[in-house]
Parts: sequence; C-alpha cells; structure tokens
Amino acid sequence: MLVGQQQRLSDEIRGLVERYGRQRNALIPILQELHAAHASISDFAMQVVADELGIHPSEVYGVVTFYQFLRRESQGRFVFRLCRTISCDLAGKARVARQLENDLGIGFGQTSADGRFSLEWASCLGMCDQGPALLVNEKVYTRVTPEQVHQIIEECKATFGAHARQVAHA
Amino acid sequence: MTPVSSKKTPFTFDSIEPESGLKAALGKSRADIIAEISASNLRGRGGAGFPTGTKWNLAAAAKVPPGGRKFVVCNADEGEPGTFKDRVILTEYADLVFEGMTIAGLAIGAADGILYLRGEYLYLRPHLEGVLARRRAANLLGKNVAGRDGFDFDIRIQMGSGAYVCGEETALIESLEGNRGEPRNRPPFPVDTGFDGQPTVVNNVETLAWVACILARSGQWFKSAGTAKSAGFKLFSVSGDCTAPGVYEFPLGVTVQELLDKVGGSGAKAVQIGGASGHCIPASEFSRRIAFEDIATGGSIIVFGPGRDMLTVAKNFMEFFVEESCGQCTPCRAGNARLLEGIEMLERGECSMAYLRELLGLCETMQVASKCGLGQSSPNAFMSILKHFRDEIMGRTAVAH
Ligand SMILES: Cc1cc2nc3c(=O)[nH]c(=O)nc-3n(C[C@H](O)[C@H](O)[C@H](O)COP(=O)(O)O)c2cc1C
Ligand code: SF4
Ligand code: FES
Repeated sequence: MLVGQQQRLSDEIRGLVERYGRQRNALIPILQELHAAHASISDFAMQVVADELGIHPSEVYGVVTFYQFLRRESQGRFVFRLCRTISCDLAGKARVARQLENDLGIGFGQTSADGRFSLEWASCLGMCDQGPALLVNEKVYTRVTPEQVHQIIEECKATFGAHARQVAHA
Repeated sequence: MTPVSSKKTPFTFDSIEPESGLKAALGKSRADIIAEISASNLRGRGGAGFPTGTKWNLAAAAKVPPGGRKFVVCNADEGEPGTFKDRVILTEYADLVFEGMTIAGLAIGAADGILYLRGEYLYLRPHLEGVLARRRAANLLGKNVAGRDGFDFDIRIQMGSGAYVCGEETALIESLEGNRGEPRNRPPFPVDTGFDGQPTVVNNVETLAWVACILARSGQWFKSAGTAKSAGFKLFSVSGDCTAPGVYEFPLGVTVQELLDKVGGSGAKAVQIGGASGHCIPASEFSRRIAFEDIATGGSIIVFGPGRDMLTVAKNFMEFFVEESCGQCTPCRAGNARLLEGIEMLERGECSMAYLRELLGLCETMQVASKCGLGQSSPNAFMSILKHFRDEIMGRTAVAH
C-alpha cells in the first residue's frame, strides 16, 4: 500500500473513531463501516483500529475472523449469498446454485478475477416462505429461479458505478 | 424475485390502538407494570419461553453499580432456520416493538434501548431508523418521554455481522461489547450482569410487541387465549411443503394438524417444529399441541411432504450447526462434525448399528455437556428423525443387524 493510501485510510479510521468513540464496544460498528467501504479489512487497517482503541491487534483480528460478514481477504463489489438452509433447499436452491456458478464463472467461496463478484453460501436469510432466497450485498431476492440468475447479474452490472459502493482496496 | 408480505392471517396487533400500551404504562407505577406482565403469563417468544414478568422483576430489583445504568435489548438476530416472523413484525409493526421496549425501560428503570439487528436484515435499517426518528420527533423517545418528567429513554440500532450464535443472549451481549460472539457461562444472567456488566433485559422482538398489547388491553385479556401453561397468541413462521407458507397467528395450544390444515400442508409426512434446534414430528403425532407443555417453539414450522428423504433433512440441519458452532467448547465443536460424518456414512450405507449407537451416545453427551443452547440442542433433529424414520434410514445400511 502506498504511503498516501495508508494516510487516507488512517484518517478515515480516525474519523470513524471520532463518531463511534474509543470504547471497546465501538469496535464492531467501526469494522462494519470499514468493511462496507473497502470490501475487506486489511492487516494495516486492523493495526490502526487497534492503536486508536488502545487494544492489541490480535483482539481485532479475533473479531474480524469470527464474523461471516467481516473479511480480511478482499471480496467482490457484489457479494452473492445464496441460502443453503432447509426451506430453500426444499425450494430448489441446488439448481440456482449451479446456474450462479455457470453465469458468474466462479465457484462458491470464490471472487471473480475482475473483482466484481463473490459467491458464497449463507445460512437461513429469514425469507424461508419465499425461497430460494439470495442476498446480493444488502438486497434480497426471493423465489429465485435458475432463469432469473442472469438477469440479477445484469442488474448488478448496470448499477455498477452508479449505486455500487466505491471500493478502494485498503 | 421481489419479496412480498409474508403475513397470512390478521394479527391481534392490528386491533391495538397505537401507543395505548405506552399511555397505560405511563399511568402506572413500575411495580404495577411488571405485575400486569406477570399476570398475563407471557413467556418469551424467542424460543426458551422464560416468563417475561419474572425476568423484568429480576432486572428491576438488580443493583446498579455506582455510575452504572440498566439496558433493554431487543433480540432481532432471528437466525433459527425457518423463522421469519420477527422480520415481518419489524417491517409492519416496528412501532409496537419500540413501544414495548420503551415500556420495558420504564418498568426496569433503563434509559437505553438497543435493537440488535442481524446483518442479513440490513435492508430493514433505513425503515427502522425512520420509525425511530419519527418517535423522537413525537417525544415518544428522548427526554421526558411523552411528558413523563424524569423518564428518559432512547433506542439505537446495532447490526450483527452474520453469526447465528449471536442470537444466544450472552453471545449477543459479547457482540454488543465488541467481542467475538462466544456465549458466556450462565449464571451470572444478563438481568444481573449484562451489557457492559450492567443489569440488562434481553427480549425477543415478538415478546416486546406483545408487551405493548398487554399494557393496552390487560394481562387478563392476554391470558384468556391459549392454554393454562401457555398463555396468549403466537406468530408462526411456516415454510416447506405447503400451499400457503407465511406467518400465521394462532393461540398457543393449537395442534400440529390444525395448523397444517390452515397452511395447506394436510398430507405432510413430518413437520420440524422449532427450527434446526427443534424436533421432527411424524404424522402419527400430529394431534400433539404446540405449547410450552408439549412441543415448545420459537415459531418455526417446516413442513415435509410425502416424497421427502428425511436423512437429507437431518444432514442439512447438521451442516448448519457445523457451520454455526462458535467452536468454543469441544462437545459442540467436535460433536457436530462427528454427527455430520455419521449422517454421511448412513447416506452411503456404511454405518453399522454399533456405530449408530455410539453416535446416539455422543448426542446425549452433547446435550448435557455443551456450554450453550446451540450445542445442547443441535442433536435434537437428528435424534428425532432417527427415532421416527429409522426404517427409511437403516434401509441403506450395508451392515446387517
Ligand atoms: C443458539 C441460540 C440462538 C438463539 N437465537 C435467538 C434469536 O435469534 N432471537 C431470539 O429472540 N432469541 C434467540 N435465542 C434465545 C435467547 O438466548 C434468549 O432466550 C431470548 O432472546 C430471550 O428473549 P425472550 O424471553 O423474549 O424470548 C437463541 C438461543 C440460542 C441458544
Ligand atoms: S455449545 Fe457450541 S455454540 Fe455454544 S459455546 Fe459451545 S461451541 Fe459455542
Ligand atoms: S431457509 Fe432459506 S431463507 Fe430461511
């Protein structure tokens, strides 16, 4: 990471600390904001957060690695999370999964080479009466069919730049 | 592709005059508010069924350390497979939930409410923040709430980050404090030592909505529905093989068959009640009641039609637990992985009867030796499926017994 980038990131973290405070219970909201802005939480970012909150970096690392939605490794601009729990399974999630792999060109747990898409499994998304359920970033799609997968991906591509969060890899 | 409302029946919530519960509470002493909740026999709607009045009494009586304060936490982590009623309540009845939290704050003497919302429901947050802003503007939150001198109460939202175990109340508190969501030993209970070491009431979304209704009507009114041990109404999240899945309100004590007839699942082979941590009920037991004294549940009902392979069902639940175990204690961390391997052996027809008995012994160990409810209940589905569908499952064993 370039010195300028590091500086910007440090400033950003200090801004978040300003907003959420220095107490330990500010840690997760700060990490959530960082993750939303950068699609990952780098070792450098963890170090700065730890310094600001006066805790050991291993504490921050422990938290980041515990939660599904906080990641060290970089994720795509659009994270597809397909529910694999029972009701969506009964509703036919397997075929949707296959089509997602085909149309995104990646497997579950992978990120596309251009950094646009990640594909992951999720536990029950709370849309069990309308499965198969798929979460794309914050947006939930229900009763997804294999035929619709292509359209959902196209929607993402169309909004890219306009609504997609600006990702500067930290 | 776009979600539609899951609400399938009218809810009692519809008949409650907005803010009438809070108004009634403001006219009562703290002790009388709690007495009303106790008189209703309301038990927690999040799954464990702890009497709400008792919980509040403990929190109200708890001593606050100097400079400390009490907290009201609404558990909106809703992660139990097959459960989505809290999403519906937060989408369509958010005011009722915030009203219930405010009443809880008044009753136990707390000024701070926290809604812990699962990360998967981030899309609900703008709506919920809007409702909170409106309540602040109407002085239903903030300083001297609704003109009551000295009663300050506000609510903030904190997001989860994708961890089922954080629905367990002590893990939830760990997460609120900025830690890994690892459950604590209990006691001490949150009512004594909760968020930031302070007395804390943790209640489910639905419980808090009923609180507002009970204050609006009365404890007596609530109790007139349901059974002697399971008072009042309950929302059920119904999914799986039925023609009309969605959220239904029934009085507690409804039989499985009555429920199935209503949701278009009459010909079912089995029903999973209570989600992945719950029990699988075969058709021969559909006359049983859904109530704390018979089959208890946080409201998840998953229907399995005649063609379903129950071993596949057990496997899906076990995969869930392997993924969601926090890994803190051995019976759960290692036990769930072992059970999943066992299920895969059964699938391949490679599990001997002797090994199956060993697995059942392991299930019992997990039930007693796991640190929290996740590991204590994760063997339930496998055990009940094995009990009721052994023919179907053992049919695949290569080893004769
Ligand atoms: C693994 C696990 C997950 C849980 N998830 C939830 C949940 O998502 N929502 C909830 O209200 N309670 C959940 N609970 C129960 C809570 O620990 C707690 O009993 C409940 O929030 C208390 O509220 P109530 O008395 O109003 O039901 C869970 C318990 C366990 C063991
Ligand atoms: S039972 Fe499972 S989830 Fe609960 S503390 Fe132990 S390992 Fe963690
Ligand atoms: S099982 Fe998929 S959303 Fe609940």
